[in-house]
Amino acid sequence: MRPFDLFRYVILLIVAGVILIPIGYAILGGFKSNNQLVGDPVSVFPSPWILSNYTDVVLGANALVFWREAANSLIIAAVAVTLTVGLASLAAFVFARIVFPGREAIYTLFTLGLLFPSAVAILPLYILVQQVGLDGNLLGVALPQAAFGLPLTIIILRPFFKSIPVELEDAAKIDGCSTFGFFWRILLPLARPALATVSVLAIVGTWNAFLLPLILLNGADQWTLPLGVMNFATEHVSDQARILAFTVISIMPAILFYVVAEKQIVGGLTAGSVKG
Amino acid sequence: MSATSARSGVDARSRAKLRTITLFLLPALVLYLLFVLFPVVQAAHYSVFKWNGLEPLDNFVGLKNYETAFNSDAFKTAVSNNLLIIVLSLAIQIPFSLSLALLLNRRFPGRAAFRLIFFVPYVLSEAITGVVFTLLLQPHALVDGSLQAAGLGGLVQHWLADTGIVMITMFIIITWKYFGFHMILLLAGLQGIPRELEEAALIDGAGRWQAFRYITLPLLGPTLRVSIFLSMIGSLQLFDMVWVMTGGGPLNASNTMAISMFKAGIKNQQMGYGSALAVIIFLFALVLALAYQRFVLRRDVEGALTAFNG
Repeated sequence: MRPFDLFRYVILLIVAGVILIPIGYAILGGFKSNNQLVGDPVSVFPSPWILSNYTDVVLGANALVFWREAANSLIIAAVAVTLTVGLASLAAFVFARIVFPGREAIYTLFTLGLLFPSAVAILPLYILVQQVGLDGNLLGVALPQAAFGLPLTIIILRPFFKSIPVELEDAAKIDGCSTFGFFWRILLPLARPALATVSVLAIVGTWNAFLLPLILLNGADQWTLPLGVMNFATEHVSDQARILAFTVISIMPAILFYVVAEKQIVGGLTAGSVKG
Repeated sequence: MSATSARSGVDARSRAKLRTITLFLLPALVLYLLFVLFPVVQAAHYSVFKWNGLEPLDNFVGLKNYETAFNSDAFKTAVSNNLLIIVLSLAIQIPFSLSLALLLNRRFPGRAAFRLIFFVPYVLSEAITGVVFTLLLQPHALVDGSLQAAGLGGLVQHWLADTGIVMITMFIIITWKYFGFHMILLLAGLQGIPRELEEAALIDGAGRWQAFRYITLPLLGPTLRVSIFLSMIGSLQLFDMVWVMTGGGPLNASNTMAISMFKAGIKNQQMGYGSALAVIIFLFALVLALAYQRFVLRRDVEGALTAFNG
């Protein structure tokens, strides 16, 4: 092994350790008792292993809270991501394939959404959502969340839709395909890799959202997982092992999803340039 | 007769086109205008009133809310904290991400695994990350215990309770969470640069550093600018992690602009004042965007985010 390679591995292993140790500590800590956690903070493995923290979260005393919050997160994410990807695809189709006056101006309007922090819109949204009667409703979070996702999704999809040859569209039209038929039956299936990437990005963004649900949801029975974890930590402040178990179970969906969709997230961001 | 039918054919086609544009574009446009742009305009509107969010909006106070903001010590701390995070991100986080991207920009055994691991924190929610690190940083918990076990007990701090340390702690956790994202962006940018260019420079007698400085870095410019811009926008609206870990404390030492805004608007029902703070955040972002010549940036954003599509 050349010295440079050794150097490379040492650096990378240290960084990987810094990433994995907090996560590993949380996972293993959930199997400890509070006495173990406080008494010997640096020992790696629990002795003895305690399962009750985790089983209580999934099946026992804390299960109702956990599953309700997971369901709320899931509902908001499903509605928001469907809307973002669906509406952004339709809009990106127009931006990519139909020429009309004012098109670039409207497109620029959407790109502006990337240029300022979404936090700016939060307080008026709180008023607006009350005015339209969606306060205390999961939809009141999902709709703004979907709207926040539109700019990035449109910007990613537009050039992809543009790259699909005009001849294909002409041929489809001659064969009697309507514009929507072409969009739905030919363009979207061809765009599947790009759709997968934008969907994954939208899911991660929605699943992890915090400020918007914090402001718009007004009861414990509506909380999503990030809000629930924060609250659980405040309520069980003296029961660290249980907080760790609750936290670990809550991040499992995100981690499993990432492992499954890694190709879309990471691979997606890097693959094309390797190809080209 | 043939002229008439040709014209009506054109009319029918342009009507069909108009219908397509309307049906395809309108839903996204309405959602976006209603829930993104309209609220931003409303923030500017509310910001010149004294308003609790419930009563009629009739107590016009001009720019008084802005005056209050700039006379508030808590908000001044918030502004300097946001700026501190921006500066540290540019000075430390981005170069760190770039170094790792360079280390990973070559095939070697284990590369995919490192890439997988480094990106994990990005998919975790900031709030949940905050909860985990709060536990790790408690007195005598993992961080302190590890330092002591390593014989570095002198480095132990009140990580979240010391007003002079708390923002540094925040910055380290932010870096933990976000460097992987920047690394992946920069890695994608690096892989778009033909290796031959650097090799040619090396053959022509350039040193490794020179080849990096004068070939790779300029070609990486667009990606780097996107990375920097996203990092700055993120730093300006820093909220979730800080709110979960310290609530802006101790003594406002970790206050941020978004926390001030949230406390004013939601906790204290000063919707007018909170909106003024929102507008100030917006103005910071606008200045940054203009400094970045946003139309150039728009091209960059498209290029970097869509490179993988083609």
